[in-house]
This record gives sequence, structure tokens and C-alpha cells, in this order.
Amino acid sequence: MNLYDLIFYLFAAITIVSAVIVVNAKNIVYAAFSLMFTFFGVAGLYVLLGADFIAIVQVMVYIGGILVLLLFGVMLTHKITSVDIKTGTVQLIPALIIIGIFAAVLVGLMYSTHWATKPAEIPVTTTKSLGNLLVTEYVLIFELLGILLLVAMIGAATIARRDGEK
Amino acid sequence: MESIGLNHFLVVSAILFSLGIYAVVTRKNAIMVLMGIELILNSANINFVAFSRYGNSGLGGQITALFVIILAAAEAAIALAIVLNLYKTFAHVNIDEIDKLNS
Repeated sequence: MNLYDLIFYLFAAITIVSAVIVVNAKNIVYAAFSLMFTFFGVAGLYVLLGADFIAIVQVMVYIGGILVLLLFGVMLTHKITSVDIKTGTVQLIPALIIIGIFAAVLVGLMYSTHWATKPAEIPVTTTKSLGNLLVTEYVLIFELLGILLLVAMIGAATIARRDGEK
Repeated sequence: MESIGLNHFLVVSAILFSLGIYAVVTRKNAIMVLMGIELILNSANINFVAFSRYGNSGLGGQITALFVIILAAAEAAIALAIVLNLYKTFAHVNIDEIDKLNS
């Protein structure tokens, strides 16, 4: 077992253990902070896969943006003065059984399939190639995503606005 | 013990996906459902990047992962706005008790 394997198991353990805490935590704030460790673990997996730019974007967008948004959501939809930042569950037993079977089948399938792998020549830094691809081959999707982000921003501001504020 | 290959990353992603589905179907709070969706998107992203690394298909997988991250950001913003509106209307965000489209 070399260092690469060891680091992979470390990041995989961080990701999965904190994800289990996310789905089981009674307190939403604990779940949100545990989600941060899941995102960090996934970023580590990206680094191990040679995707350095994606890992940085993961840390910046998910941890710096989406997680802060989620925490804002938690704080704005619960009364801070009451200690009751808890969340219930529904249909626990049937969900456990079905998701357990589903996960077992999926993991078994993923593990036992002999994927035709062909290790690619990944460049040391992917940022330059990704940037070139974004403005050449994928430029239409890039522009569309820019428009989508603008529409999402306007839409979110419109939906969250109080009535009567024109 | 065999060395780390594509299968190991896919197994991690499969476990993450199942946990996300579990959070979506069992939690009452709308924000917890959102967290489950984020877990599912992350597991899909691991798959994209892993197949891009081991499939020798260029950087297309990484580009797709980038697009998924952008879409997740837009989705989180819109969903949080909807959740805030729900809280304004119902004074709670338990999605199993919200049964009116027009209040």
C-alpha cells in the first residue's frame, strides 16, 4: 500500500463518515458543518484524480458559497432564540430497507464491473487546458450558463422579496 | 490489497449517492432535503471526474463537473429563495405538512 492509496482511504473515510453524520444529525447546524467536511473530502478526491482546478472550484463555490447560503437558510427559517433547531424524519424504516438494498446493489455493481480503463496522460495543471476548452469547444454552454446565472440571480431576488416592496 | 483504481472512486460515489437519496426521502426539513441534493450532485461529479481520468477521453468530464457545480450554485440560490417564501407563508419549512399551492 503506497502513499496514494493511504491518502485515498483517508479522504474517502472523511467524505463518507461526515456524509453519514449529515443525513443522521438531529440538529441542522451540525449537519451543515458536517457537510463542510464532506465537501472537503470530495475536493481531496478531485486532487487525487488530477483535477486541481475542479478541486479549487469545489472549495470556493461549495464551501464558500452554497454552504454559507444553506446556513443562512437555516438561520432565517428558525427562531434563533428558541433552542429548537431540530428536524424530524418520516418513513425511516422503509427508507432504510430500500436504500440499503439500493446501495448494496449499486456498490456491488460498481465494484465488480471490469471497467475498460485506459489511464490518460493528465497534464500537471489542468487550468490552462480547461480555459482553452471553455472558450473554444464549449463556448456556447459557457455563455448559456452565464445567462442562467443571471436569470437565477434575478429570480431568487424576485421570489425572496417581501410583498409590497416594488 | 489491490491498488486504487476507477472502482474505488465509483464505490465512494455510489455510497454518497445512496446517502443523498436517504436524506431526500426521510428528512422533513426542506433545507435538509437541499443538503441531500448537494450530496447527490457531488457524487455525480466524482463519477464525471473519475471517468475523465481513467477513460482517456480528454478533459470533457472535468468540464462537465464544472458545469454541474455552476448549476448547483444557481439551484441552491433559487431553492433558498423558495424556502424563505415557504417560511413566510407557513411559519415552518416542514415539507410533509405543506399541502397548499395557493394560500
